[in-house]
Amino acid sequence: MPSVCFYFQVHQPWRLRHYTVFDEDHRYFDDFKNRSICRKVANKCYLPANRVILDLIRQHQGRFKVAYSITGVLLEQLAEYAPEVMSTFDALAQTGCVEFLAETYYHSLSFLYSPNEFKEQIYKHSDTIEELFGVRPKVFRNTELIYSNDLTDTIESMGVFDGILTEGADRILYGRSPNFIYRSPRSERIKLLLKNYALSDDIAFRFSNRGWCEWPLMAYKFSDWVSKVNGNGYVVNLFMDYETFGEHQWEDTGIFDFMRHLPGEIMKHPDNNFKTPSEVIASFPITDVIDVPGVISWADTERDLSAWLGNPLQSSALHELYRMEKKIKDTGDEELIADWRKLQTSDHFYYMCTKYFADGDVHKYFNPYDSPYDSYINFMNVMGNLEKRYKKIMAPVTVEEE
Amino acid sequence: MLGWEFPPFISGGLGTACYGLTKAMSRLGLEVTFVLPRPVLMSGGTTHVRMRTPGDIDYSVLSAEQFEEELKNVKFRAIDSALRPYANAETYKSEIEELIRSKQRISGSIGLVEMGGDVHYTGDMYTEVHRYAAAAVKLAMQDSFDVIHAHDWMTYPAGIAVSAVTGKPLVVHVHSTEFDRSGEHVNQMIYDIERAGMHAADRVIAVSFLTRNIIISRYGVDGDKVAVVYNGVEKNGNNVNFNGTDIKKDEKIVLFLGRITMQKGPEYFLGAAKKVLEVMDNVKFVMAGSGDMMRRSVELAAELGIGNKVLFTGFLRGEDVRKVYEMADLYVMPSVSEPFGIAPLEALNHDVPVLISKQSGVSEVLKHVLKADFWDVNEIANKIVAVLKYPPLQVALKEHGNFEVRKLKWEDAAERCRQIYEQLAAQPVGV
Repeated sequence: MPSVCFYFQVHQPWRLRHYTVFDEDHRYFDDFKNRSICRKVANKCYLPANRVILDLIRQHQGRFKVAYSITGVLLEQLAEYAPEVMSTFDALAQTGCVEFLAETYYHSLSFLYSPNEFKEQIYKHSDTIEELFGVRPKVFRNTELIYSNDLTDTIESMGVFDGILTEGADRILYGRSPNFIYRSPRSERIKLLLKNYALSDDIAFRFSNRGWCEWPLMAYKFSDWVSKVNGNGYVVNLFMDYETFGEHQWEDTGIFDFMRHLPGEIMKHPDNNFKTPSEVIASFPITDVIDVPGVISWADTERDLSAWLGNPLQSSALHELYRMEKKIKDTGDEELIADWRKLQTSDHFYYMCTKYFADGDVHKYFNPYDSPYDSYINFMNVMGNLEKRYKKIMAPVTVEEE
Repeated sequence: MLGWEFPPFISGGLGTACYGLTKAMSRLGLEVTFVLPRPVLMSGGTTHVRMRTPGDIDYSVLSAEQFEEELKNVKFRAIDSALRPYANAETYKSEIEELIRSKQRISGSIGLVEMGGDVHYTGDMYTEVHRYAAAAVKLAMQDSFDVIHAHDWMTYPAGIAVSAVTGKPLVVHVHSTEFDRSGEHVNQMIYDIERAGMHAADRVIAVSFLTRNIIISRYGVDGDKVAVVYNGVEKNGNNVNFNGTDIKKDEKIVLFLGRITMQKGPEYFLGAAKKVLEVMDNVKFVMAGSGDMMRRSVELAAELGIGNKVLFTGFLRGEDVRKVYEMADLYVMPSVSEPFGIAPLEALNHDVPVLISKQSGVSEVLKHVLKADFWDVNEIANKIVAVLKYPPLQVALKEHGNFEVRKLKWEDAAERCRQIYEQLAAQPVGV
């Protein structure tokens, strides 16, 4: 009976422009780069992939379903640089077979630093999604699927969500299957959906790897693997970046054809079906408790925070950023607050990761910097200017005297 | 092996490289005879070639035991000569004019030059090179060896000559080219010597891909013949300095260490210093080294109005180098053209973070350093300020950089040379 639950993460950050300590203006973001990357990804991924999903929903008459989590910062960029993508997402929303998930508007790490800021960003995101697609999200996913028991507490306290998506990391499952429904030891109500990383990564990472013993991955082969879950789980959660289609895996790898055939192959088996996260939550009971006192994520093989917080550059940059929260908010200056928030997007800290820098790897994807050090310097220079702006706003008298 | 610098009498990276390479070769069990011109200028009139064993040479700083321990498979042969590797174009110019006047003493062909036993020292570099070559040939007749390995242009004629006389294969090791030293204002004579050496050689070793590209594009050498062997760095025994790092200085120190010549980009260092001082006050810029642009640099610092913020130390050696590294918060190498650049490795070895120009060979092997285009004074200044302002950056660069630099070993360079020797030994020579 396994259901298949697809969720795609759709995100691009507002990348910073080259900003030196000598710069004084408030244009922090690289309009040209952001526009060209947004256009490129729209053409290679968002538009063709939305087309494929929409066709599949129509072809299977509503039996194929997916979920998206689209960040606020990407929605802003799409509105500006690729409005046609917005209308295709709107068309998907109209089918009723697509669920939109909640997350922090700025794709931030605020959960780790500021509960208030965290909640404000979730509200802002839910408002935006409701405004655009007419439905308020009921299921939450945190940036990079970061999760701990505390997240359940915070999300439950908000009173609007039924479930949370996170990583089916080995070290929280202790040999149990990710294909069941779990809960935190501290909540009876919030259901946890865990990513089946083996099957998800077969598509997201291994699909085009010719060194992989299963290459080439065909839809019938993959659906066999899914059907094998029958009797040992309720749902196979396939969570991945949407850019898997056409960007991480280029079109010539056959990724779109794979997707075109996959739903049909999976549903050949009469026990299989597709469900959205909300439907999964409504359909299946909680099987077991999963205790996550420390923090996990879906990143790298470590499934921890080291990609964003692993070195002193990252922690000092994040610390500085959230240290300014009260000051920035006290100004009431909308523009300043929006700029400060755009700096919270996790990608800025990912670029500062030195972990695999010497090897060169996935961290390179659309990374605008030659090195993590350059990224840190740039970020700190922008922060420096932000601080100057704050001082100027809060001490207008002295500025006028100048 | 034909060289012209060896510690402690060095003026740049070449001597350091020869020392590191021969030491590692010695450890690999390769027997090396190192022929070098007597580094100390003897009084005029000493005209004939003398062979010297290390014991004969008045190396006051480096003791004979040190040689025996570290370089037990290396024999030294010194020739009395006054070669100065880093003399610049302007210094040559007068010498070359003199050369033209005394042309009749030198035969036209580069390489095999018939030298009398009593050529007078004239202060003419070209003559010196050929005198060295002639002397090396004499030495070569007495020693037995399998491969000739010549370091940089001044030894190429010697290499060619020895190879021609003995039939042994020649490897020329390019630590720098005339284009690196003099930009586009190349000294034709030196270029010709370099070119002849590279073409005559059976294999050419370049210290980076940057240099390899110059060798191929500017000297027309067949790429198949040119191998890249990166330099290594000597491990510092115990460079952990407990009092040095904790000293509370009220001023930050940014260090330039190297020859103050066009190649090293001192004016970009000063330009960046000027910009840094616009936004920071408690910084001093130390220029350690000497060179033909030293005076110009002092003047430039004054012109920029930062004379009181820039210190010139002159050429530093040994203990002084260690001290200056200990004081420094950042090492900057804004070289216009740097075939490799051993100094940044030494800085990292001394726990000093490093900012290097993208136009350097060492930039090919170092990741955990800051990089900028040498001409981008704004960006150099931006990065200097960042290192001085953000301690986590300095810490991360130090830690990762120090770790990274440990992977660059002279043993690996020596091993690659050995492989090249073995390939050559297996091939017929002189094709």
